[in-house]
Amino acid sequence: MNIPQDLKYTKEHEWIRVEGNRVTVGITDYAQDQLGDIVFVELPAVGDEVESGDGFAVLESVKAAADVYAPVSGTVVEVNEDLEDDPALVNTDPYGQGWLAVFELAEGEDLSELMTAEEYQQFLAEQE
Amino acid sequence: MEDLKKTPLYQEHLELNGKMVDFGGWALPVQYSGILEEVEAVRKRAGIFDVSHMGEIMVRGEGAMDWLNSMVTNDVTRLADGQVMYALMCYPDGGVVDDLLIYRFSGREFLLVVNAANTDKDWQWLNEHKGEGVELENISAQVAQLAVQGPLAQKVIQGLTDENLDAIRFFCFARDVKVAGVNCLISRTGYTGEDGFELYCAPAEAGKLWRELLAAGRADGLLPCGLGARDTLRFEAGLPLYGHEISRDISPLEGGLGFFVKFKKADYLGKEALLAQKEGGLKRRLVGLTMVDKGVPRAQYPVLDAEGNQVGFVTSGSFSPTVNANVANALVDSAYTEAGTALWVEVRKRRLEARVTKLPFYKREAKK
Repeated sequence: MNIPQDLKYTKEHEWIRVEGNRVTVGITDYAQDQLGDIVFVELPAVGDEVESGDGFAVLESVKAAADVYAPVSGTVVEVNEDLEDDPALVNTDPYGQGWLAVFELAEGEDLSELMTAEEYQQFLAEQE
Repeated sequence: MEDLKKTPLYQEHLELNGKMVDFGGWALPVQYSGILEEVEAVRKRAGIFDVSHMGEIMVRGEGAMDWLNSMVTNDVTRLADGQVMYALMCYPDGGVVDDLLIYRFSGREFLLVVNAANTDKDWQWLNEHKGEGVELENISAQVAQLAVQGPLAQKVIQGLTDENLDAIRFFCFARDVKVAGVNCLISRTGYTGEDGFELYCAPAEAGKLWRELLAAGRADGLLPCGLGARDTLRFEAGLPLYGHEISRDISPLEGGLGFFVKFKKADYLGKEALLAQKEGGLKRRLVGLTMVDKGVPRAQYPVLDAEGNQVGFVTSGSFSPTVNANVANALVDSAYTEAGTALWVEVRKRRLEARVTKLPFYKREAKK
């Protein structure tokens, strides 16, 4: 299972790339494997304000719809429009071209709860 | 996963990295390599499925045929030896107990193949209504079932048997056929909308049959396929799933299965109610929906008219890889069943536009 070192992770199997007060969010390799072939992605609108824990996107696999919960509070500043035509990017390149959205962090947002790659690996091992 | 019932092929699924799920109390693979890939294999080449969870009930005796005919909607007296018939078992009010396949061994011996989740209920129902000169036996635990489906299914199986498979026509079967040395009942039936066969054998030999078929099909691109592909394939092909298109509360006429409900035959459970439904005009019917707006319709989502009034609900919905569209079956008020009619599906509080579409979404070109 691919778990890049330079990213942060959540128990909901999302990854977060932190760049200043902006974060890029996607789902992990483990999550895409669990969901199976993604056939449709419903993304938020740019400008949407999201609270940590809110569903901000929906990934539809052939068989089911899965909510993706916001790992942080903030404002959506960019969404991955390529997923509209090619939702399978979430499966084939979850940490790269399969990114979902970029958030501008809300004032005073605390990222210390997020897991490191090692912690996420440990978390996955406990899930098995 | 420990408490679940396991088919004789459980170990095979683990070795093939099947993603195991709880399917009505059975541990079965929802997929191996991926649903899209597996669906494509069956449409273009071939796929193999473990359907050993299905229930099998033998009906024997002098009274077998007439009694069976009194229990189901289709006309069992029209079956010849070696033929298979699709039928529905109904409650007196026209609701469905189960849908099933009936194999006629002889005029006094029939095999019923029923849905796994309904086997206990069916067994009880049949026994409660058992007639004179009829013996029932639940042989579900003594039977394993594999399905090999797809345009190359016959070629793959033919390589492992001396039986001439061309001689087994659509919805016919042969018994005591050796496939890879395993004694099988083999029928040209399936739940995918493709040509293909279902093979019944002893549980102890199922592993050998499975491995030999997989090996024989490898060169032709046969893939092991899970429940996800099976459901997608049957849905694309317009085949009903109990609990979705038909149920305790959805009659076979409403579910679009009128062809399998005969009225010019002896009385059977549900006949009066179904006839009244037909003569009174159906209040709701099954239609196909093709999404115009982007989004995936799912079972139970409300279906709305232009004003936002609920006029029905989705019974099955999915992205269809074969037609490359988001589509659904929906049970709607009969006023909205004409092809082309605009309807809306409520997807997570958003109203997405759809068009009524003729069913099935997918039909293969030629039948054997």
